[in-house]
Amino acid sequence: MEREKVIEVKDLVKRFGSFTANDRLTFDVYRGEIFGFLGANGAGKTTAMRILCGLSRPTSGKVLVAGIDASRRPEEIKKRIGYMSQRFSLYEDLTVRENIELYGGIYGIRMKDIIPRREALLERLSFTSYGDMLISALPLGLRQKLAFAVAVFHDPEIVFLDEPTSGVDPVTRRQFWEMIYETASRGITVFVTTHYMDEAEYCDRITIMSEGRIVALDSPAALLHEYDTASVEELFVKIARPQKNIV
Amino acid sequence: MKAAEANSITHRYGNITAVDDVSFGVNDGEIFGFIGPDGAGKTTLFRIAATLIIPSGGRMTLFGLNVVSDFRELRNHIGYMPGRFSLYTDLTVEENLQFYATIFGTSIRENYHLIEPIYRQIEPFRKRRAGRLSGGMKQKLALSCALIHKPRILILDEPTTGVDAVSRTEFWEMLEGLKKEGITILVSTPYMDEALRCDRIALMQQGKLMGIDTPSAIRASYGKRIYAVSHPERYRLLMALRAMTGVVSPEPFGEAVHINLREGVTAEEVKRSLQLAGLENAELTEITAGIEDVFLEMMRRRSESLRVLESEGLKV
Repeated sequence: MEREKVIEVKDLVKRFGSFTANDRLTFDVYRGEIFGFLGANGAGKTTAMRILCGLSRPTSGKVLVAGIDASRRPEEIKKRIGYMSQRFSLYEDLTVRENIELYGGIYGIRMKDIIPRREALLERLSFTSYGDMLISALPLGLRQKLAFAVAVFHDPEIVFLDEPTSGVDPVTRRQFWEMIYETASRGITVFVTTHYMDEAEYCDRITIMSEGRIVALDSPAALLHEYDTASVEELFVKIARPQKNIV
Repeated sequence: MKAAEANSITHRYGNITAVDDVSFGVNDGEIFGFIGPDGAGKTTLFRIAATLIIPSGGRMTLFGLNVVSDFRELRNHIGYMPGRFSLYTDLTVEENLQFYATIFGTSIRENYHLIEPIYRQIEPFRKRRAGRLSGGMKQKLALSCALIHKPRILILDEPTTGVDAVSRTEFWEMLEGLKKEGITILVSTPYMDEALRCDRIALMQQGKLMGIDTPSAIRASYGKRIYAVSHPERYRLLMALRAMTGVVSPEPFGEAVHINLREGVTAEEVKRSLQLAGLENAELTEITAGIEDVFLEMMRRRSESLRVLESEGLKV
């Protein structure tokens, strides 16, 4: 059975002046997949992700996100995706309900639709009693879960997560990955960028970037086998260490 | 004499107890790690050790000197690297180093041998402003500055947070080198896998120490058989395991789910039940518990004992 591609990237090149940040990247991401995008600082991850999110245009190559051409209609892409980062996601001085309304509004959902969906979401998360609390008063673990729920509130085709669980305690982290699995099982594609290898191990497939190129792409287990390493961390150090000694 | 000794250290911010009755001892020349998530109290504890804040209660000494009453003397022996990059961003690499050397009444040349393996890597950029360095380079400069006065103890607050895996590995290699110079190292990290790099570790959660020992003894303390189960359909696998009465505390761990079995239940029976649930060919292997398995188990035990206390009507 042919799996449906939700992201198609072929020979993507992005240059800034004489510097090539992305050098002929080629990969596909399938519907409902948890896809890990890894690389050292400066490897070109952020550049590629900005293009996939419609925030920047490729210099050349083909990039289709949810069937939309990133060179021609980047604005359309933004409506079809969700985004969450560990550093910033919710407004601390708004309440839980207000944050959901704000994001729903930004993504063009009508107010009369937002309210019932918001209440259903709070119910599902067992968050009803927190609804009128400010985000700043919520424990970190709950904030994290809510941030993710908000990022997929408008039913995007793909949700981009930037280091979603770094620094959170092991119990919260597991609850979070469970939400991710559940979301993926509903057919939403989850695209995770991180440089934490322990996060990578939760992904179905991972790609490792180094110096603007993709140097590995497969399931974590297959890569560990191929490179004969015990952990993704070890694998990463083995293949992602730049050739030149960039400190 | 212990390099560091803490007795019932407590610290409160208003009505939040950030560090709660913490006691530990660190031997001279060891790498001692504090492992715990954000909010565990690691930074507060390190600020107390670095003589920067006065604890609400308890007593801490470094090399027999009290962190509160002997702070002036102690500061000559402490190299501190805070979690946030705190060097002068508008001074160059070399100027920052010079500045710290001068404050401590020494020169770069005098202790150059100590920082050489680290500083050599950023020396080509010595005329660059610190604010324009990459993350890995900033970290190396900060470590060089913390070392320039030849401290007896290094206090490193999450030095590897936000740093990629390659630089992290290099950083731990540098710490190994410093240990050989006889420097005691207190280091904190939220990454469980880094615990294995330490001589001894303290597991910390919500202001409390849950255990102190060598990484191998901590792993051995798990005391139960643990299995890793894997199947391509991970979410269904997790749900199926959770529904089985013979399976205790299934937890997702990357590609696998870690489980314990109730007494009398065999691995074969679990496999058969998975098959009945439509999960053919699931793999099930017995494994050695990792630091994170132990951490989760300790968190579970703590919340259970709190529940028991609450159900007995005791206030905790």
